[in-house]
Amino acid sequence: MSEPFEPKIIAFVCTYCTYAGADLAGTSRLKYAPNVRIVRLPCTGRISPMFILKALQKGADGVLVSGCHPGDCHFTHGNYHARRRWMVFRSLLDFLGISPERVKFSWISAAEGGKFADLINSVTEDIRKLGPFDQYKELIKETETPATL
Amino acid sequence: MAKIGVFICHCGENIASKVDCTKLAAAIGEHPGVEVSVEYKYFCSDPGQESVKKAIRDNNLTGIVIAACSPRMHEATFRKACAEAGLNPYLCEIANIREQCSWVHTDKDMATEKAMDITRSMIEKVKRNNKLQPIEVPVTRRALVIGGGIAGIQAALDIANAGQEVVLVEREPSLGGHMAQLSETFPTLDCSQCIMTPRMVEAAQHPKIRLLTYAEVEHVDGYIGNFKVRIRMKSRYVDIDTCTGCGDCMTKCPVKKISNEFDCGLGKRTAIYTPFAQSVPNIPVIDKTSCIYFKNGKCKTCMKSCQINAINFDMKDEFIDLDVGAIIVATGFQVQNTAGYGEYGYGKYPDVITGLQFERLASASGPTAGKILRSSDGKVPETVVFIQCAGSRDPSKGVRYCSKICCMYTAKHAMLYSHKVHGGKTHIFYMDIRAAGKGYDEFTRRAIEEDDASYLRGRVSKVWEENGKLMVRGVDTLLGKPVVIEADMVVLATAMVPQPNAKEFAKIIGIAYDEYGYYNEAHLKLRPVESSTAGVFLAGACQSPKDIPDSVAQASASASKVLALFSKEKLEREPVVAATNEITCAGCWGCVLACPYNAIEKKDIFDRSGRLVKRVASVNPGLCQGCGTCVTFCRSNSIDLAGFTEKQIFAEVMGL
Repeated sequence: MSEPFEPKIIAFVCTYCTYAGADLAGTSRLKYAPNVRIVRLPCTGRISPMFILKALQKGADGVLVSGCHPGDCHFTHGNYHARRRWMVFRSLLDFLGISPERVKFSWISAAEGGKFADLINSVTEDIRKLGPFDQYKELIKETETPATL
Repeated sequence: MAKIGVFICHCGENIASKVDCTKLAAAIGEHPGVEVSVEYKYFCSDPGQESVKKAIRDNNLTGIVIAACSPRMHEATFRKACAEAGLNPYLCEIANIREQCSWVHTDKDMATEKAMDITRSMIEKVKRNNKLQPIEVPVTRRALVIGGGIAGIQAALDIANAGQEVVLVEREPSLGGHMAQLSETFPTLDCSQCIMTPRMVEAAQHPKIRLLTYAEVEHVDGYIGNFKVRIRMKSRYVDIDTCTGCGDCMTKCPVKKISNEFDCGLGKRTAIYTPFAQSVPNIPVIDKTSCIYFKNGKCKTCMKSCQINAINFDMKDEFIDLDVGAIIVATGFQVQNTAGYGEYGYGKYPDVITGLQFERLASASGPTAGKILRSSDGKVPETVVFIQCAGSRDPSKGVRYCSKICCMYTAKHAMLYSHKVHGGKTHIFYMDIRAAGKGYDEFTRRAIEEDDASYLRGRVSKVWEENGKLMVRGVDTLLGKPVVIEADMVVLATAMVPQPNAKEFAKIIGIAYDEYGYYNEAHLKLRPVESSTAGVFLAGACQSPKDIPDSVAQASASASKVLALFSKEKLEREPVVAATNEITCAGCWGCVLACPYNAIEKKDIFDRSGRLVKRVASVNPGLCQGCGTCVTFCRSNSIDLAGFTEKQIFAEVMGL
């Protein structure tokens, strides 16, 4: 083993809770793993499973979805839609043979900077243990059609 | 062809110490479509902003990315700079490389790499940004206040005193609500009528307030600033403009034994009546269900007794259509029906009464003129037992929540009783004493220490009658012993519940409610007086159990929100709203179900000869709040959210 595997993780977060929580982690100068890239959306209700698939297709080893706690959604119930979608989507991933462990779902409020930092660290560790998302990389080799815009 | 400008901020050392900005600027300069890639110490400073503006003008940039702090910090600053340089402000995006990169990472190479990814992702997004214009909505400067209790009156007066028009709608024949029924109010023991009736009169006489009593809101359409409301004026059978309120009709009416709702059934009224003596307006109504004329076509005694011919039996319900810009819902509460508590004997024993009935007994204007008397034999009770939480905090038979006011009003009742009946004894069964509020704990202490109320911590299991006494069996958990008290009167501190039609009414207005039927605020902590529907505000106990000070405070808060709304001629809103593609929409109405704001309507499309071609979904930009839940729901990709379009987000992901 030369270097430890550095996974690439894409996070889809809502602007009102988790994005603000991530900002709070920053203003509190908490340190966490640099593996996660954030995509900001108005609400978790806006997050389409297609975004998650696109992220995996683009070469992400893991995906994180995070929004407001149940009952706290700025848009009253966008996070409930997201949760329902996630329940269905997870079984679809399982059916496809993709470990649902690669896609994480969590609630982080705007006040939980510490929880955000802990979450990023634990998700990074979990995905690191799962290893690179080779299934996709092999698929790319077979078809020789890498994902393009 | 995209010409993107990227401006990388050092933020002093905040970013530059962990991100190699020079390397970042060089790498980003190579990215397709990037025309300018520069770094600077502080782009948010005046010279920094000037340099951004100059770069936009000199290079004819089609979009910019500011790689700096969080968009929550300076997005508005840079959007404004864009607008000043002639670039649409929505063609500016912020790459957050401070809060979410330099401040949280220690390894400079890793942080630089992450900053590159973040910046590239925003470049790909901004390439696909569209020029957006803020949405302008006109505002009708007239408010509708629904409910004429203390909350509604307060809100109406606050708005009217600020010079704006108000329409105040009350479904009962008089203003007043529950507060008019109360005897004295905690924690000061001032007479409720004495502080309430001047407010009622002020509201009725205010030149800016149009008072509609005995009226109900039938229909609400439209959106913030532009509601269309239909109000049903129920027929009073008394001409409100002619009647002087002399009361001759009421004294002559032969039907005299109708249970009086205002006195909670303890008093009697006639078929033509005003709810109480100080009613505002002081104009009677005819109760159609009890009136002899409406039953068998004969009588009209009241009509004959009226010297100015104000009574008209042919009156019909009328409708009034109004345009209003904002709505305040102040529909109040009801007292829970205690039918489920057979063990307390309410309804079986006439001397087991509710707290609200006790208020009427203690009230100087009540059926006993303020004397505490038993309904059964008219005698003064010597021992009174109060049972708190008779419905509240009881998930099995009552409601799970605390009704908030009962601890206080029970202490008040015990005090009023001991002031009126010297030597009388009070026992109060309680679970906990919740007396949080200004002067509240002192008040309950006063009931115990000065007025000798005996508090027993425990529940009551049964109330029964024996030798003309009400036997109350309970437990004193502090002594660990069962107790039986011989009482002459039992008062139940019943729970506050939403109005029985609260849920149906919420659907008429288009606001959300909780499992009980209390109306939901937009945010429990930060937007407690706004409903989830823009332009609709909440006041008083329709939102949750509240006492008078809380209701008044919330009413004034709602009024100030309405006045802020009315302070502009036009509302300007962020153009982050959804829009449908009417060509591809299949009309499955999934988006209609998904929308938390009822912002999506069904729209008919006709051909030139007026034949219906199809029905499609159509977003009302005045109502849409821009969450995007509908976009994800849409099965045919026929709806998209400006500012966060599918194309933009996919591009963002691909840029990472």
